[in-house]
Amino acid sequence: MRKRIERQTLHVYLEGELDLHNADELKEAIDIEIDKKGIKNIVLHMEKLTFIDSSGLGVLLGRYKKLLPLGGKLKVTNVPPNIYKIMELSGLPKIIEFLPKETA
Amino acid sequence: MVFTFSSLPENVTISRMLLSAVGSQLNLPINELEELKVAVSEAVSNSIIHGYKNNPEAFVTLEVESSSKKITIQVIDTGCGIPDIKQAMQASYSTDPERMGLGFVFMQSFMDELKVESEVNQGTKVIMTKYLKNLEPSH
Repeated sequence: MRKRIERQTLHVYLEGELDLHNADELKEAIDIEIDKKGIKNIVLHMEKLTFIDSSGLGVLLGRYKKLLPLGGKLKVTNVPPNIYKIMELSGLPKIIEFLPKETA
Repeated sequence: MVFTFSSLPENVTISRMLLSAVGSQLNLPINELEELKVAVSEAVSNSIIHGYKNNPEAFVTLEVESSSKKITIQVIDTGCGIPDIKQAMQASYSTDPERMGLGFVFMQSFMDELKVESEVNQGTKVIMTKYLKNLEPSH
């Protein structure tokens, strides 16, 4: 996982598999930026994410809920089709904004 | 195949890898393999988080049985059990606000059959079956 802050927006580049094993690590990595640096807008880049389950989706939902009262936003981009299928089943696309695919 | 492991979060990843290996031996299509991986991930995570309340000193057993027609996966723990299985299997039933409460929904969606047996203070057994229709030769 790689992080970058640009114009007050935190960009997180997810890699590999996101499950119970590393969900807390991602949660803490994001929350520290929200709590310590006052970051309110987050973009998760998912092109290198190969697996997600409900533990991983829970981190996304939790960050969405955390940013909401702060007036912030969580957005995702470059979601691989297999990951999107799971996100769709969870209903997350109804509340989280999906940015159009970035061209490299 | 029977595989018993400590109730540690990293073993969710490992149980998925094991299933991946079984699935590729069966020549499962990638999308079906992905579905099996999500289902097993949810079942093992449930045992660790809910069954054992994150106690790392317990054990989870994963049983995988496969034939040319179907693959059956059992995830067994000897944890706290589920008092009301029907309620637990409903969408968005979660005891933790950071979690989605979708574990059973995913298992149900991605497998053809799902059975949950549970006794309070005895443990929980999740039995999931997927039929391998795509393996039959096409005419």
